[in-house]
Amino acid sequence: MQVSVYRYDPDKDAAPYMQDFDIELPAGKDLMVLDVLALLKERDETVSYRRSCREGVCGSDGVSMNGKNGLACITPVSEVAKGGKLTIKPLPGLPVIRDLIVDMEQFYAQYRKIEPYLINNEVPPTRERLQSPAEREKLDGLYECILCACCSTACPSFWWNPDKFIGPAGLLQAYRFLADSRDTATEERLANLDDPFSVFRCRGIMNCVNVCPKGLNPTRAIGHIRNMLLKKAV
Amino acid sequence: MVTQVTSFSRNGLSDFIVQRVTAYILAAYTVFLVGYLLFQGEMVYADWQMLFSHTWMQIFTMLALVSTCAHAWIGMWTIGTDYIREHYFGQNANGYRLIYQVICILTLASYLFWGVKILWGN
Repeated sequence: MQVSVYRYDPDKDAAPYMQDFDIELPAGKDLMVLDVLALLKERDETVSYRRSCREGVCGSDGVSMNGKNGLACITPVSEVAKGGKLTIKPLPGLPVIRDLIVDMEQFYAQYRKIEPYLINNEVPPTRERLQSPAEREKLDGLYECILCACCSTACPSFWWNPDKFIGPAGLLQAYRFLADSRDTATEERLANLDDPFSVFRCRGIMNCVNVCPKGLNPTRAIGHIRNMLLKKAV
Repeated sequence: MVTQVTSFSRNGLSDFIVQRVTAYILAAYTVFLVGYLLFQGEMVYADWQMLFSHTWMQIFTMLALVSTCAHAWIGMWTIGTDYIREHYFGQNANGYRLIYQVICILTLASYLFWGVKILWGN
């Protein structure tokens, strides 16, 4: 199979380029894209990418595979390789450090903006802050995000205004804390989101939903945030 | 650097509400006009003049015109702050965006004043 990989080493290369490899895949096996990257690494040890758990939990190996973002470790080659060719590029919209490794700082900066931790200034109970099963259920589909950045880097609004639009991953987490019955900072959280960029740059094109490797729905969470802002305002 | 200074209301929620409300007004106006045309059949100048001589129609049309301006400005501002940025246009991006925004405002204001002239002019 022909594998085309984005290459860029700022210390050596004047500009990024695509390098083609012919890889012999073992017969009868549907490898994951991460396995293909490992085969590439055997061929050329300078090929650089992030990886850790190799089972879709750590979120390290988010890349663009034949134009669609996803985790290389849980994406079968058969799912993405069209016509026997696989093109692997770094997540779009973020600065490339080297090859498939991107600088995630802008992504994390937006994540930090939404204060991704429980805020509760009431006196803590003796043991723990309890939730009813119904209250806990509201966090399903929100807490599972692994911050791989596949969604935010598939979002044109995040490409255009990465310094102002929180992005789908950050907004999913923003709603995760807005929906948490134990959090008491709802007013403050909403007040930080009503400018023209943070939330309202989402145009609802649902690229985020399309690429999320965990099957989450940031667009729905953004809709909930808008509704909360509307209810607060009128 | 992109800022919210020239946005419609400097508030995302207000812009969001204005864009939705104006969309409903424009949809109602469009449905009414299309329905009227289909119902009336062929129309001559006198029929148009009769339709637009009613105060309610003049108000409805003004509402649609103002809605067009507000709706279009919010949309065009969003497009301008998405695409006319330093990343693509270098250090002159702010200048280009200002020119784009001024052209948009002048065009929309012209539509509005032209509409007022047509409706209430001699």
